[in-house]
Amino acid sequence: MKMLTFANRNAKEILRDPLNLCFGIGFPVVLILLLSAIQASIPVSLFEIERLAPGIAVFGGSFMTLFSATIISKDRQSSLLQRLYTTPLRPIDFILGYTLPMLPIAIAQSVICYAVAIILGLKLSVNLLYAIAFTVPIAVFFVALGLLFGSVLNDKQVGGICGALLTNLSAWLSGTWFDLQLVGGAFKDIAYALPFVHAVEMERAVVVGNFLAAIPHLWWVLGYATIALVAAVLLFLRQMKRQ
Amino acid sequence: MEAIKIENLTKKYKDVVAVDGLCLTVFGGELFALLGVNGAGKTTTIKMLSCLTAPTSGDAFLMGYSVSKQAASVKSLIAVSPQETAVAPALTVQENLRLMCGVHGIGGDKQNAKIKELTNSLGLEGVINRKAGKLSGGYKRRLSIAMALISEPKILFLDEPTLGLDVLARSELWDIVRSLKGKITIILTTHYMEEAEALADRIGIMGEGKLLVVGAAQEIKDAAHAESLEQAFVTIVKGGVK
Ligand SMILES: Nc1ncnc2c1ncn2[C@@H]1O[C@H](COP(=O)(O)OP(=O)(O)O)[C@@H](O)[C@H]1O
Ligand SMILES: [Mg+2]
Repeated sequence: MKMLTFANRNAKEILRDPLNLCFGIGFPVVLILLLSAIQASIPVSLFEIERLAPGIAVFGGSFMTLFSATIISKDRQSSLLQRLYTTPLRPIDFILGYTLPMLPIAIAQSVICYAVAIILGLKLSVNLLYAIAFTVPIAVFFVALGLLFGSVLNDKQVGGICGALLTNLSAWLSGTWFDLQLVGGAFKDIAYALPFVHAVEMERAVVVGNFLAAIPHLWWVLGYATIALVAAVLLFLRQMKRQ
Repeated sequence: MEAIKIENLTKKYKDVVAVDGLCLTVFGGELFALLGVNGAGKTTTIKMLSCLTAPTSGDAFLMGYSVSKQAASVKSLIAVSPQETAVAPALTVQENLRLMCGVHGIGGDKQNAKIKELTNSLGLEGVINRKAGKLSGGYKRRLSIAMALISEPKILFLDEPTLGLDVLARSELWDIVRSLKGKITIILTTHYMEEAEALADRIGIMGEGKLLVVGAAQEIKDAAHAESLEQAFVTIVKGGVK
């Protein structure tokens, strides 16, 4: 259970950073509260809770990439990884050790997100449990991206690429803030070629119990998750060799 | 007994030869210092000896095992305290040691005993519950060495163990390194002359990837007709002694 010892360390390292908790949990919650407050005071339906909550749940997932990329990148720079490479840990132990602890954190984040949405009037139903289950492939995608970026970037670059670029991409191209159909054109095409809007629409469909509509989006998410995971593993192994 | 036998070990990166045809034998229980300025190739040598990076050519044998062909056996014999301190910053000192026990499969009573012994011998009792990231440089180094010693290595690599430490922390760390002398084989790299002289049985001076001279401090000084190791070092690295 050498891998679990390492996974446990990684979970502690992330959960003990108050900044991580602020951004990972606090920020999405603040957004959901803020946008619901805006919705309450405008006549048109812009941020209805059953459409907003899935969007924020997906957006929150992008912080998982930031967290896991940061810890991996820092471990490379501090040579902690170098030290651990001379121990009996195998490559698979490193990969699982970095990714597995992120999944419960990501799921906990969706649970909190939907719990806040319930307080704000989201209808309580068994569909929400499915919605949380469907966040697992989304989480895998974001966590795999974390492994990928953590393997190739230093921690400053991680801050820029994952902290600024990815979080913004996953927000603007997700159809949460505005209707992509209204924007149309190349913007919409790009958005639909990326997984973020599919992840949000999948969640939205599941929340209202329309599983049939969720399936095509699920394929997009699974496809991207698989590609990200394969690329991440290859790049992680490459940096391991290149010590 | 030969603990390490290095044969023509070479590492080329794109446009630099980081280590160039290194040949060296280190004996069991010896403390050997690799002395050289920044960029001399010390860290690269350690990385090859600890199977972290593959040699471009040549080989090294640790207790008879080849670093290029028997990495698993080599890894079970060695431990490294890298140039950067390499601790988990959000974990306490104790948790860092438990992490190393865990990845080496040391559990239960043995783990507790091991941690007690190492915190004692490295003077870490006072900071056992402090986060590693909040420790002073000297304590971080001690923790780094304690983490390396968890697996009871036969050969220990200390890469610039006193880099950036103040005089007191350095002298305390020297005492710790001295207390390990004779029990295990130690390869220590440094660019501080006095450190090599104070600690090492033998010193190897490296310059631009090459091992220029090997011997006890006095032998090196004699060979270079120098008063001090620093003088000898300058003469040798500038190419005055063959
Ligand atoms: N991963 C690498 N890629 C390219 N060049 C490297 C790499 N690692 C070290 N070098 C080069 O090899 C030489 C020796 O470096 P190093 O072994 O770190 O020296 P030292 O530890 O003695 O300061 C330096 O010129 C350094 O720039
Ligand atoms: Mg070095």
